Amino acid sequence: MSPKKIILRFGKDIADKPIIYCLVRDYDLVINILKANVDQNKEGTMVLELTGEKYDQGLAFLKNQGVRVQPLAEEVFRNEEKCTSCGACTDICPSGALYMERPSMEVKFESDNCIVCQICVKICPVKAMEVRF
Amino acid sequence: MAIEKTYAEINEKIKSGKAVVLTAEEVISLVEEKGITEAARSVDVVTTGTFGAMCSSGVFLNFGHSKPRIRMQKVWLNGVPAYTGIAAVDAYLGATELPEDDPCNNNYPGEFRYGGGHVIQDLVARKQIKLEAVSYGTDCYPRKELETFLTLDDLNEATLFNPRNAYQNYNCAVNLSGRTIYTYMGMLKPNLGNAHYSSAGQLSPLLNDPYFLTIGIGTRIFLGGGVGYVAWNGTQHFPGIQQDSAGKSYGPAGGTLSVIGDLKQMKPNWLVGTSFLGYGATLSVGLGIPIPILNEEVMRCVSVTDRDLYAPIVDYSEAYGQRIPGNLGFASYAELKSGRINLNGREIPTAPLSSYPKAREVAGILKNWIQKGEFLLTEPVKLLPSYKDEIASRTLEIKGI
Repeated sequence: MSPKKIILRFGKDIADKPIIYCLVRDYDLVINILKANVDQNKEGTMVLELTGEKYDQGLAFLKNQGVRVQPLAEEVFRNEEKCTSCGACTDICPSGALYMERPSMEVKFESDNCIVCQICVKICPVKAMEVRF
Repeated sequence: MAIEKTYAEINEKIKSGKAVVLTAEEVISLVEEKGITEAARSVDVVTTGTFGAMCSSGVFLNFGHSKPRIRMQKVWLNGVPAYTGIAAVDAYLGATELPEDDPCNNNYPGEFRYGGGHVIQDLVARKQIKLEAVSYGTDCYPRKELETFLTLDDLNEATLFNPRNAYQNYNCAVNLSGRTIYTYMGMLKPNLGNAHYSSAGQLSPLLNDPYFLTIGIGTRIFLGGGVGYVAWNGTQHFPGIQQDSAGKSYGPAGGTLSVIGDLKQMKPNWLVGTSFLGYGATLSVGLGIPIPILNEEVMRCVSVTDRDLYAPIVDYSEAYGQRIPGNLGFASYAELKSGRINLNGREIPTAPLSSYPKAREVAGILKNWIQKGEFLLTEPVKLLPSYKDEIASRTLEIKGI
């Protein structure tokens, strides 16, 4: 079984703390960071795989530090039929998963780069971005 | 000798399958290669296109008479009210209309998930629509309420009539404030975090006929995936040439069109219900206009490129809402489409709100219709006012009694 993927969300008050380092040092966990991003409001999002005997203690530590932990069970996908390639999402998407291909000006979606923040789901004018559980 | 072609001559060529038709994108390289004169000689029609939110859109509906009859003082389609202050069983459903129970911006920013534009798309998609109507009852119209379901094909008429479409040019919207704002130009990040524009630029209909040499009342167009016509100038039609404070020219802006067409022959992928977070609901419209190459001057106009066309950069956190005149400068559509503009030495990421790929598709479909001889050009009954008419916009002053 592949390790569980989880999403960690850091508020701006804790984005500057070496929290991941503690997971390794104090809980002996193996981490594989898949995506990491700090947005304009200094809020961090990290998608990682986490394994180790002290997995549950590590998770408890994260929550105790104010990190919001979610399983990566949700996935954002694009309804290709609905998307009009208007482009309104391309400078809002914080991880660059939605971007404009030039010179065709077609909107592309690289789901591997998606951090499931779901802001595109809210702002898409034609509701082409959907969440799957 | 100067090149002069008439509408009749061009239509004869279309009918015989000999017309040379290019899109406004394709014609650019031809003019760069062969020059204006040679291009004007060889090309008969240039097609344009745009696809974007056009709020001043809506549809006149006639429901037919129930037994017993009702005058329909108020109606709702899928819960969205339509205007009925006209004859019995006629209504006008506007693209930005919202259900009365929509929370709007009470839960800021509101989602505006379903409005008049969405009903129009569902109608065109031949979905079943719930119709509710109430009235006060008269001797000739005794019924006081009804509730039924209908599809577009059940209606006598459904006439798309959009009072203000196809804006010649539009602002590039930015946010100078310290908080995120939600506008009809999308979500604008604080402190010049992004810049949104909304024009097909070099493909846009009225940027290819900036002086209204060919587009006028009766011009046959691509509208919502079907055929439509220019009915009149649009509301707020103030065609002009943009200038900065030093008097430098930044190209055309200000023209708008009023357009009309039979909704029953339009398509749901070209009339798309649209929601702007924190702003409202609307309709995205696909619209394209063929431009007959009557002479070299018309060819010069359609050969315009994104490098020659500019959008004024406007702050939507204050200047727009407070109607403070002026702008923060101009950005060319070539810069805007590159993904970054430079403002006061700062690089700002850009994104469009109107779809350039869809604009290109509209121009391509229109080109195909003309090449196949299915779509003939119409000579306008009357041309529209141009920059020469110097129409000034009026503002609304707040007066006491």
